[in-house]
Amino acid sequence: MSEDGLIRRLWAGLFGGWANAALTSALLVGAWFALEPIIRWALIDATWTGDAKACAEQDGACWAFVGAKLRFILFAFYPFDEHWRAAAALALLLTLLVLLATPRFWSAWLAPLSLVLLAGACVLLGGWPGATDVPSSQWGGLPLSLLVTIASLSLGFPIGLALALGRRSDLPVPRWLCAAYIELVRGTPLIAVLYLAMLAMPLALPPGIELDKLVRGLIAMALFFAAYFAEIIRAGLQGLPDSQTEAALALGFSRIGALRHVVLPQALRAVMPALVTLAIGVLQSTTLLAAIGIFDLLNASRAAANDPAWLGFYDEAYAFAALIYFALCFGASRYGVWLEKRLNRASEGVR
Amino acid sequence: MVGRGSPTVWTVRGLVATVLLLATALVSSAAKAGPTLDAIHKRGFIKAGVGSQPGFFAPDGAGRWQGFWIDIGRAIAITALGDPEKIEFVSSSPQQRLPALKSGEFDILLSGATQTITRATQQGFHFGPVAFYDGQGLLVPKAAGVSSGKDLDGATVCIQTGTTGEQNIADFFRKNGATFKPLTIEDTGEFLKALEANRCDALTQDGSDLGIKRTQLRNPDDYVLLPERISKEPLAPAVRWGDDRWLELVNWSVYALIQAEEFGITSANVDQFLENPDPSIRRFLGVDASVGTAAGVDPKFAYKIVKTLGNYGEVFDRNVGPETRIGFERGLNRLWTQGGLLYAPPFR
Repeated sequence: MSEDGLIRRLWAGLFGGWANAALTSALLVGAWFALEPIIRWALIDATWTGDAKACAEQDGACWAFVGAKLRFILFAFYPFDEHWRAAAALALLLTLLVLLATPRFWSAWLAPLSLVLLAGACVLLGGWPGATDVPSSQWGGLPLSLLVTIASLSLGFPIGLALALGRRSDLPVPRWLCAAYIELVRGTPLIAVLYLAMLAMPLALPPGIELDKLVRGLIAMALFFAAYFAEIIRAGLQGLPDSQTEAALALGFSRIGALRHVVLPQALRAVMPALVTLAIGVLQSTTLLAAIGIFDLLNASRAAANDPAWLGFYDEAYAFAALIYFALCFGASRYGVWLEKRLNRASEGVR
Repeated sequence: MVGRGSPTVWTVRGLVATVLLLATALVSSAAKAGPTLDAIHKRGFIKAGVGSQPGFFAPDGAGRWQGFWIDIGRAIAITALGDPEKIEFVSSSPQQRLPALKSGEFDILLSGATQTITRATQQGFHFGPVAFYDGQGLLVPKAAGVSSGKDLDGATVCIQTGTTGEQNIADFFRKNGATFKPLTIEDTGEFLKALEANRCDALTQDGSDLGIKRTQLRNPDDYVLLPERISKEPLAPAVRWGDDRWLELVNWSVYALIQAEEFGITSANVDQFLENPDPSIRRFLGVDASVGTAAGVDPKFAYKIVKTLGNYGEVFDRNVGPETRIGFERGLNRLWTQGGLLYAPPFR
């Protein structure tokens, strides 16, 4: 459609007929009343440079606060002089995200490669021989949020896959166990699971063994989301007619081979939108780690507004964190749409 | 140790245990440390649970923890390990701080928990010396024309979850034969929003907290902190039961800060005080090492605390005093000689 045609169609849709014109005008006026104060706060009356005093003299947002506390919001209590390591880890994690998201790289060596990159990020954050040791209790901010997201996705997915297959197994005991696990976890809020990991797990461990809090939180998140992965994957498996497996077996595939080469690719493709949605949910759920005292991006933003030199700029802190989360989540959901289209094309044989 | 095995294994185990015991005895003859202190020595640093409140615990421009309770923690680290940096601060929300202390997540809670009889008996926590005397207050909009909490019959009062405040405010209204609607909010930032949005008619929390919160409101002058205090809130460090020696180290670290102020010793003049002939000052600073040695601590621990952090008054003024944005008066937190409640037992 030509640009001219588009404009004409838009015009006809919005202002064609008096009813449409009235509705559109009313909505535009409403939107202006809703947006005007936000624009005024965020842009027109905002303070971009200076200190807290300069901000106090203006009514608008204090973006100077975000500028001054940017490094804390992004990296939290990570030692100031070592921030380059946190930034490098962040770059590594973003690279890994891109790799994981590109179908061209989906092959057998992606799993070991992701493990290497994840381990690399952990080494960068934690330290290597000759570098300052940074305990995981000091990790924080955006690298931590991404690390937890990617790690709990990559741990939770295989567990979820196993649970889904177990729940569809012909053997009653594994089937019951998997179903019981899935239903138990899905009936429990994440925050309760995190509290359990934080408070009860140390009591259950033998004395003298201290399992790192971050590791405990990560295990809790991976086990929690494994149950959701399992149900999504099971939906994909059930959507596939049994004839697919039967045909593959008849062609001489082993059971595993049929699963790997015939069933799973089709099943996973069918539930890809749900998987992307869950991945976005995992990223957003990392904010709950604040409840067990871990400084993810959101918790770091809040703590930044507690600095006596910049007291109480919670709106700006939250707005900035929201922007980052929005960029990540919106990117992920657009990616989901793109991926769906691409996979559909692939399944139709048009490469 | 519970276990089974052949007699040889038992002998070997017995031998190893004996050697370990002997080694421990040799390394530190004075150490009759309990499980907490043992864990601290093994780990090499203290783990302290802290909250999130400007002036008491907050990250500074370089992302380092700063604040009143942070300094108390550093003083304890000096006493226990000789180094103010050998302490790690773990953030903990009011709801989960006591369970987390109990489960061993940290060795000491420095988040300004109120000392109460239930916490000290049923729940199994020991409290160190009160480092900050507080009381629960009420913050209300001036427009409401309220001059006392008694005028708040039927009001919606916002409370932060997991604090002793919930019970205090219920008791207060019951005592006055009045009713109120409680609205509990966990997050500190949202607490203020609720008042500004008129979701609540009053905020209740420790007075020191409300003082800070008022300055953060959009129009602080439209709100007033009512003068009455409806509860006593002695805020003290808390530790688990089961390690008396650890508790004593905590106690005397706080007392050292208070005693230094009483002697008039500051971080600036502490070195001159080393020449002071007063025997009690000589004992306090470890010039006369007899008391410190007998107590099984570094005789110089008080000197190091004052040299590094200053005395109680300096710690207070630096973090929350009138010159800071927080702007607290000393009030009850003055020395007993100046009409306050701070009193340190003698160092002898």
